[in-house]
Amino acid sequence: MNIITKPDKFRGFERHIQDTNIKVENVSRRSILKGLGIAGGFVLAAPVMSRPAFAYETGAGKMPHGTVVDPRVFVAIASDGIVTIVAHRAEMGTGVRTSLPLIVAEEMEADWSRVRVQQAHGDEVKFGNQDTDGSRSTRHYLIPMRQIGASARSMLEAAAAKRWGVPVTEVKAANHEVVHAASGRRIGFGDLAADAAKESVPSIEGLKLKDPKDFRYLGKGEVSIVDLRDITVGTARYGADVRLPGMKYAVIARPPVTGGKLVSFDAAEAMKVSGVEKVMEVKGWPWPSKFQPLGGVAVIARNTGAAIKGRDALKVVWDDGANGKYESVAYRAELEEASRKPGLVVRKDGDADAALKSADKVIVGEYYLPHLAHVSMEPPVAVADVKGDKVEVWAPVQSPGGTREDLGKTLGIPEDNVTVNVTLLGGGFGRKSKCDYVLEAALLSKELGAPVKVQWTREDDVRHDFLHTVSVERIEAGLDKSGKVIAWRHRSVAPTIASTFEPNAVHEAPFELGMGLIDMPFEITNISCENPEAAAHTRIGWFRSVSNIPRAFAVQSMVGELATATNRDQKEMLLELIGSPRIVNLASVKDPWNYGEPYDSYPIDTGRLRKVVELVAEKGGWGRTVPKGHGLGIAVHRSFVSYIATIVEVSVGEKGKLTVHQVDTAIDCGTYVNPERIQSQIEGAAIMGLSLAKYGEITFKDGKVQQGNFDDFPVVRMDEAPLVTNVHIMPPGPDTPPSGAGEPGVPPFAPALINAIFAATGKRIRALPIGKQLEI
Amino acid sequence: MIKVKINGQEQSWDGDPDLALLWYLRDEAGLTGTKFGCGQAFCGACTVIVDKQAVRSCITSVSDVVGREVTTIEGLHPTGDHAVQKAWRQVNVPQCGFCQAGQIMQAAALLNENPKPSHDQIREAMAGNICRCGCYQRIENAVHLASTGV
Repeated sequence: MNIITKPDKFRGFERHIQDTNIKVENVSRRSILKGLGIAGGFVLAAPVMSRPAFAYETGAGKMPHGTVVDPRVFVAIASDGIVTIVAHRAEMGTGVRTSLPLIVAEEMEADWSRVRVQQAHGDEVKFGNQDTDGSRSTRHYLIPMRQIGASARSMLEAAAAKRWGVPVTEVKAANHEVVHAASGRRIGFGDLAADAAKESVPSIEGLKLKDPKDFRYLGKGEVSIVDLRDITVGTARYGADVRLPGMKYAVIARPPVTGGKLVSFDAAEAMKVSGVEKVMEVKGWPWPSKFQPLGGVAVIARNTGAAIKGRDALKVVWDDGANGKYESVAYRAELEEASRKPGLVVRKDGDADAALKSADKVIVGEYYLPHLAHVSMEPPVAVADVKGDKVEVWAPVQSPGGTREDLGKTLGIPEDNVTVNVTLLGGGFGRKSKCDYVLEAALLSKELGAPVKVQWTREDDVRHDFLHTVSVERIEAGLDKSGKVIAWRHRSVAPTIASTFEPNAVHEAPFELGMGLIDMPFEITNISCENPEAAAHTRIGWFRSVSNIPRAFAVQSMVGELATATNRDQKEMLLELIGSPRIVNLASVKDPWNYGEPYDSYPIDTGRLRKVVELVAEKGGWGRTVPKGHGLGIAVHRSFVSYIATIVEVSVGEKGKLTVHQVDTAIDCGTYVNPERIQSQIEGAAIMGLSLAKYGEITFKDGKVQQGNFDDFPVVRMDEAPLVTNVHIMPPGPDTPPSGAGEPGVPPFAPALINAIFAATGKRIRALPIGKQLEI
Repeated sequence: MIKVKINGQEQSWDGDPDLALLWYLRDEAGLTGTKFGCGQAFCGACTVIVDKQAVRSCITSVSDVVGREVTTIEGLHPTGDHAVQKAWRQVNVPQCGFCQAGQIMQAAALLNENPKPSHDQIREAMAGNICRCGCYQRIENAVHLASTGV
């Protein structure tokens, strides 16, 4: 049996299995076929995209564990015709749990109403890379998922042809059955399942993929997410919704300063709280602690409310350690100081120093963006059950494979003894790529000998996040007498994500430099990009679109400043700087990174960049007359190998009250699967962009985060959301590779807003958040 | 021992009467549709309906609801087809979905009180419910759809 009826077992998601309506009497028949699914699975270490049918390659093969293209791993057909397709990436709101299985269903000619989706547990050897970040899922898996679907289809067709004794060329799968047109005979997928499973898996090279003009689902946006109904009735299962018999509830008091240590604690008052059962130490790891727990004191109780109350009653003495002096006002001054001196040169085209000296005029902009917290609506949470040398966890994790690896290492057990069940994520935004909260639950479960749920409160989430970095971006642009920009020097100073892994890392990593610094696309003869040193004093991590946020804010604000300086329209200035349609040459950059993608398939194409500017200008009515007190701003940015431009219309009222009247965003993310979900991602990106622009700021004093909840770390609410957000998706060319959609909507929003505020008020904001800067 | 009525069913609780209703619902009664988002009534993820009023269950104690009718997302409609729930599905509102139970309960309470709210009234009434994914435009449209049928 090659197409198994149930791809291994997916514990922790019994409810979804029930949803498939597979009758109990089918179990024995299914079980005959069980166990044959994994043996023949082939793992491709190299990219599978080198087939001639595809005009492009991706970086999928270079990801840990690469890509697995095997219908026996991803597809199961039950005798009642229900097709189960495995979703191996994590669902955090992007729609990937629907989109990837939809690709398989499209190619195998399955009827979507008879498809059930099953979430894969963490196992990258079996499923290929599962690390759901970097806006990679569609771009890395469009082709593999099509190949998996096509393999399943061809096995079904081969089985039908054998049964009828006709050449396979005479049969064709269509809408959940195989048809022999000549005789009018047809057999449903369910009836063919057992025979199809005996067929060998065809070679990838020989697969015939569907002609995109015959697509029923792909590119249409007519399929709702698979969890839609469950979400609206309260049965969708997130991390905290997992309940096990005998499970204990835990919250943890963690060192308030990163790298701090527990000295002593007094649990007497905590133990008096009704429902509290135990207070115990949790092991912490020394700074920099990677994704390991911070340590602290856990309060174990019969419910979460009692555990929180017990923690409030704890008396704990901490040793703050080396980061106890971290203070945001002083640190900003340090970064600014560093940005005014030369730093490590990471891109050098021509001679920017000389050109700046000879320039007729130099415009300088120093832009500041503080730390940001992710604050996904679901704070970190995990359930773990350690039994002897085995552990099973249920958790909202973006990286199930990484979580499994870290659990094995932390508990000192082989990875084969670790089962990671992936629940829905109540938002991720990069926070849930780091599994410290899962490791905490496992450590506690091991000590207690019982299943444990560790719940982070919102304060825990804000105060112990892997924060978005804090940065100063200083840009100097030199103009000649005619107003043409002849020199561009951009210094980016920010503590690096690498500091979470290596002590004393002070320079940004290639994957950070490659997010809007060294890949800056303007056609300027003399460019210098520099990265002065910055030391980290807290945990720095990925936040949706990462370094692109400060970079797009700085670069696109500078475009607005140059337009003002030369008395030109913002959009005209932008197009002039982008220059001719061309492929940007990054020869002077040691490691261009390019989001891990081969430059041949995913070059920086200024033609595409120009086109999204033109599309958004046309659809968003750039240059339209707006009421007095209103302003229009524009920004464009390439990130995650997609091209996005945004126009914001804003007005500033009394006491600086901001109203965002309209947002228009054009996105070119190449070939796409589900435009309806791209639209929702871009709508949401405008809200996240507005939140960070208006309010986003985490500050430190005495090494401690000063914020704790939505009162002092606000995010945008409905009454201040844009009145209208329009999304314009660029139709892809026939061979345009797919690119990111989850993250790239965020970076252009803040600069478009800031440029609009300038147009409305004449006030140029160079430090985010806007906060009270417009109140004067 | 206190008695509470959740989704039409009498239940008794012999633990801390000051326990937040949220934790009683989730951890003791197993009604996990109601979500924990902030614990301080800032975000609305934990919204339930108590005697027709939208209430933040994270700052409401179990003893506060004695003698009152508590409705959670699980009990909003017997088949999950309340006008608000149907509108949510028609408009494809959710992204991650975590805040949506609270949003739906808030919207249901709003429409009970004001069956035909204006867009401004919707935006104001729903402002206590945070959606970090940023589904606000669709939430607004879905509430409007539920109230007008168009």
